Amino acid sequence: MSVPRPLPVTDRDSAAYWTGGANGQLLIERCNGCAYLIHPPTGFCPVCESRDTAPHAVSGRASIISCTVNHKQWMPDLPVPYVLALVALDEQADVLLATNIVDCAPETVFIGMKVQVRFEQNEDLWVPLFAPVESGK
Amino acid sequence: MNYPEKQTAITGIGQSKISRGADKSALGLSIDAAMQAIADAGLKRSDIDGMATWPGDRSDGSGFSDVGIPALQDALRIEVNWYSNCSETAGQFGAIFNAIGAISAGLARHVLIFRTMYEATARKTAFANALNVPGQRVRGGFQWYAPYHTYAASTQQALYFARYVHESGIKPEQVARIALNGRRNAGLNPAAVYRTPITMDDYFASPIISTPLRLFDCDVPIDGSTAIILSHIDAARDLPNPVTRIEAVGSNMRYRNSWTQLDALATQGQPKVAEMMWNRTDLTPGDVDVAELYDGFSYHTINWLENFGFCKRFEAGDFIGDGSRIALEGELPINTNGGALSAGRMHAYGQVHEACTQLWGRGDARQVKGDPRVAALSTAGGPLAGCFLLARE
Repeated sequence: MSVPRPLPVTDRDSAAYWTGGANGQLLIERCNGCAYLIHPPTGFCPVCESRDTAPHAVSGRASIISCTVNHKQWMPDLPVPYVLALVALDEQADVLLATNIVDCAPETVFIGMKVQVRFEQNEDLWVPLFAPVESGK
Repeated sequence: MNYPEKQTAITGIGQSKISRGADKSALGLSIDAAMQAIADAGLKRSDIDGMATWPGDRSDGSGFSDVGIPALQDALRIEVNWYSNCSETAGQFGAIFNAIGAISAGLARHVLIFRTMYEATARKTAFANALNVPGQRVRGGFQWYAPYHTYAASTQQALYFARYVHESGIKPEQVARIALNGRRNAGLNPAAVYRTPITMDDYFASPIISTPLRLFDCDVPIDGSTAIILSHIDAARDLPNPVTRIEAVGSNMRYRNSWTQLDALATQGQPKVAEMMWNRTDLTPGDVDVAELYDGFSYHTINWLENFGFCKRFEAGDFIGDGSRIALEGELPINTNGGALSAGRMHAYGQVHEACTQLWGRGDARQVKGDPRVAALSTAGGPLAGCFLLARE
């Protein structure tokens, strides 16, 4: 048994992030003027003030900057334990993504661990998840 | 410097019964707290000309905030010149900071500020606890978290705590001292919801919620309401309680205010607000007699110890040590009523009530010795942060 993920209502800015996985791509908004990665996406570059931005496929490689193993079963049928993490993209350290770390034992996950994106289709969206680099690809 | 907050003073405090299941409505609790605060200030309902609360009426079934200003205004038939709720502010203290502005602007002279929670009753029904509901789509900033099974604040906050542990090397038995200190103080506070002493063994036997957070690191949902009266200091001089002014506030947002993109995970939003507060006063951390530090989770208190400058960055563990320094009889008594961990989650308004209790010498068995005159107060964790100093003249 499991619990369906609460999914986002996507909008003009965020749709690319939640659907890029259909093509195996982690899409992060990028400024076409200065190449700064803007996350969450806003259509505005806070570095150079450009509005010329577009979704950009990044490598999907990242490092865990914090992680927690959730043991509390918040509702019936929620499988525990599971790992919630914040990961920083290899391309730009100030882009942080919340995610679950999957395909490994929860107790083996640590801060500094190198991880790689993978996608899990949920209804019409592809939720980015991450797994240890060693375990896949 | 004559910052406007110094022209305001807390003149009265009130609190309903705090419980794990109330025998009256959330509005009834709010009325109890408000009437007590008005009387404590030596005022009448007709003297109140302003109202403020955080975050305002949500009535979403969670008990987080079921009572807004219109409901309490109508119940009490108070006529005000100015009122405001506000959830996008410097944590729960935003209502106080807004009231300072209103008083400074001459819009009000006596502002009734309240915070009511009804979470103990709400959580007796399924899913009242959940930030996100399975199968329900999420809008706004929480879309970046919700798909990852983050059903409570503790799962998010555990990420900040884990990073803090990673960077500071704090030991679990040092963290535990926050919970043990709170419970010890709660034993001397008849109004606290949990008063039975706990030991280090009890702490380590309490279940892990989300590593490194244990159950005893988490505050206690309650039913209850706290109210304070914030007045112009000129009016305060004519009222019965000792004149106790807001000495300085920290209310800024000079950092990325996002649950995921927070600039400094280990320190959260707090350093910048504390810096602002100290820049608005001649007082220093050494002048603080009692500190009522937010403890929604125990490590929030640990963070505030550092961010207020009571100890150096990442040295709070050693500062806490065996707990004697932060105890009632220690050099910096903290969370003297038991804090949210044991007295109940009053969302920092419990801290305000307790700070006045101490500064006004009403602490009875838990009264801090030595005639305390300056209290440091803080609220919130993660990207939310606010703080202020109270000084009795």
